[in-house]
Amino acid sequence: MIRLDKRPNPSKAWSYSTPLLAVLLTMIFGGLLFAALGKDPFVAIRTIFYDPLFGQHAFFYRPQLLVKAAPLILIAIGLSLGFRAGIWNIGAEGQYIIGALCGAGVGLAFYPTVSFIIFPLMVIAGALGGWAWAMIPALLKTRFGTNEILVSLMLVYVAENLLRGMAVGLMKNPEGFGFPGSRNLAQYPSATSWISQNAGIHWGVVFALIAVIFAYILLTRHMLGFNIRLAGQAPRAARFSGVNPTRLVLFCLGTSGALAGLAGLFEVSGPAGQVTTDFNVGYGFTAIIVAFLGRLHPVGILLAGLLMALTYIGGEIAQSQLQLPAAAIQLFQGMLLFFLLAVDLLTNYRFRPKQGAAA
Amino acid sequence: MTELFAAHGLRKAYPGVVANDDVSFSIDEGEIHALLGENGAGKSTLVKMIYGLVKPDEGHMTFRGEPFAPPEPRAARSAGVAMVFQHFSLFDALSVAENVALGMENPPKSAQLSARITEVSNEYGLPLDPHRTVGDLSAGERQRVEIIRCLLQDPRLLIMDEPTSVLTPQEVEILFATLEKLRTEGTSILYISHKLEEIRALCDRATILRLGKVVGHAVPREKSAAELAEMMVGSALHRPERELAPSGEIALEVTNLSVKSANPFGTSLKNVSLMVRKGEVLGIGGVAGNGQDELLAALSGEALAAPEAVQLHGNPIGKLAPPARRKLGLLSAPEERLGHAAAPEMSLTENALLSARIRKGLTKKDFINWKATQSYAEKVIEAFDVRTPGPHVAARSLSGGNLQKFVMGREIEQAPEVLVVNQPTWGVDASAAAQIRQALLDLAAGGAAIVVISQDLDELMEISTSFAALNGGRLTAPVPVEGLTMERIGLMMGGAHDMEVAHEHHAEAPA
Repeated sequence: MIRLDKRPNPSKAWSYSTPLLAVLLTMIFGGLLFAALGKDPFVAIRTIFYDPLFGQHAFFYRPQLLVKAAPLILIAIGLSLGFRAGIWNIGAEGQYIIGALCGAGVGLAFYPTVSFIIFPLMVIAGALGGWAWAMIPALLKTRFGTNEILVSLMLVYVAENLLRGMAVGLMKNPEGFGFPGSRNLAQYPSATSWISQNAGIHWGVVFALIAVIFAYILLTRHMLGFNIRLAGQAPRAARFSGVNPTRLVLFCLGTSGALAGLAGLFEVSGPAGQVTTDFNVGYGFTAIIVAFLGRLHPVGILLAGLLMALTYIGGEIAQSQLQLPAAAIQLFQGMLLFFLLAVDLLTNYRFRPKQGAAA
Repeated sequence: MTELFAAHGLRKAYPGVVANDDVSFSIDEGEIHALLGENGAGKSTLVKMIYGLVKPDEGHMTFRGEPFAPPEPRAARSAGVAMVFQHFSLFDALSVAENVALGMENPPKSAQLSARITEVSNEYGLPLDPHRTVGDLSAGERQRVEIIRCLLQDPRLLIMDEPTSVLTPQEVEILFATLEKLRTEGTSILYISHKLEEIRALCDRATILRLGKVVGHAVPREKSAAELAEMMVGSALHRPERELAPSGEIALEVTNLSVKSANPFGTSLKNVSLMVRKGEVLGIGGVAGNGQDELLAALSGEALAAPEAVQLHGNPIGKLAPPARRKLGLLSAPEERLGHAAAPEMSLTENALLSARIRKGLTKKDFINWKATQSYAEKVIEAFDVRTPGPHVAARSLSGGNLQKFVMGREIEQAPEVLVVNQPTWGVDASAAAQIRQALLDLAAGGAAIVVISQDLDELMEISTSFAALNGGRLTAPVPVEGLTMERIGLMMGGAHDMEVAHEHHAEAPA
């Protein structure tokens, strides 16, 4: 038998190497899974991890990687601040939708005016929209002590219904022959978030990188970041230190909402282009996984967002080229999360052979 | 007398520390046997082995003449061993009878059980209403619940871990009368304590532990408290020296402070008034759970009150948050080290930032100066002799005594004008405790006003200039420590408590 001993200090070496170990374990067990499905495991692993980056058609997949990773990272950075403080915003998907609706609303209202001011206004509207949507659970929590997990999650469904209403109603393209969906903002130069569509770079990619840097500085150098960590690890010590829990809730939910709103705005005015009934594809929920995969650390989230995007794109290639079932790909992605969380144990614990029982 | 229990050569090692080594002793039937030792001497590990919570690495035990190796507490209980823990394992929201039933293998019907509880509690002079909610009970009454739960099992051996640490002197008398009665009925008691006078009054024999080893056996009645202390500590203890500073102007004044407890089962403060002058040490005694945490919170700024209710040098500060109070010179150190005074997972450097940020100027425009923070942590570590590899280690990896030295040092090194501490030496070994007390006295000698909230009366008598007691959220008027008797203190602590002794037929029981 083996038993677990808590380490007196968390191991630095393990906290850096566990993600790599987890990816390795996922490859091994994923390979076994693919072999059991009758596919060559080496080809399958290569298709998922190597081809999108360095394969024959990599020029096509690499830009997609940025497009998929940017919203994940942007949202996950915001969520990670709250998660570190023990404030659980599960409704980023809803804030993402509202951000997109507010930003797109501004853009559509100006159509077809040409002005450099339109896009910055859309950015502000998108951030404010996401922020306002997140303020609902925040205010309810600080005023009435409601659970922010439930409120933020339920507001996702409200936001989805609003989205559908907008796509077939107020924001419907008047020149769209009655089809649901708004005008295409990607084709409206004053309102698009694209910087270079060929390289997969839009303003969301830029903002994601800026967010990573700011979050890093906030968490390592700034008192607010220290208070966030303190409140998450030892709430009573935080109160003793002088942290105001109400302000912390408002800041964390507000920031994560604003970043999710920004992600929505950049998506709707770039890669998605228009407000449609099925505009949201779950970035807000996947970002929760990304935040934890990255250990709630800004640099970790950057890497985790890219890794997640890679498995999505690689998974799609594997589906189309190797005829792997979608369920197997999802299982593979689930394995990655599972192994990451499982080996994470090694950071704080070590295995010891159990001593021969004396009694 | 016949031997009931014996331990032979017990050893238990944990990674990095030998908790017990070659421990042998025996308990006779109908004997009250004391297990005496400092914090960390290995008393708890030893009784955990007897109660089946921990398996010994070496050695064996016998109980009623037969080999005894309980794999789990249930086996120990069915053999006839019962234990009253230092920290109660009771559910606040349940009634007394429900709590008792939860600890039994086959609890009888609730009406029957309630009747049994009433019967046993009367028989042993421990009045207790089975229908009351545990959350409303005092610490002494909670202990009765635990004791009665044990007595219902008809134990042969009753283990009591530091039972008097939560009791007023009057409650201690009631408890001792109960234990005497159990002894005359033939029940053996293993009594763990580091309070020498009560062991001398109560126990037949004593086994003394130091650093995990048995260093001697004694008949406590035949030894003086000083002799026992020397056996326990291994050397004569350094007693803090008190140099009374002439009392100066009023530093901290609290007037009619009422604060509702943040905890539903906590004790709200009711009309608390106190006054501390520069150079004065006000000791606040009282049984645990009578508003100590709430008083500390109200003074530190974690709980807010009317502005005029708390005044520092005449300025109203009742509405100020902890950082603003620190800026004005009012510092505090809560009781709970891990999780309240310090964040367990954070390094000592980060924990230094936690409360020293403002007075030590460790941030500039809210950006943290980690270098200055680390050197402050190092300074505290050095000044207070904190045993640690360095300021980078997590707070949780320090032993209780070392972390307490760090937490106290963190506040004292900031040169507070008023310092409020709750249980400054709780769970700390004797030499570290003496060091902390000396530091507090030095601080007072330098002109700071100090409020020490503690359940250790000896400590309060040693360092305070005046004494007040908390009871049910009310504070008695402070009185000078000079000439204060134990009886008077007991009355102050017991104050409004409903503590009439149900011992009419025990009136002559020894005190």
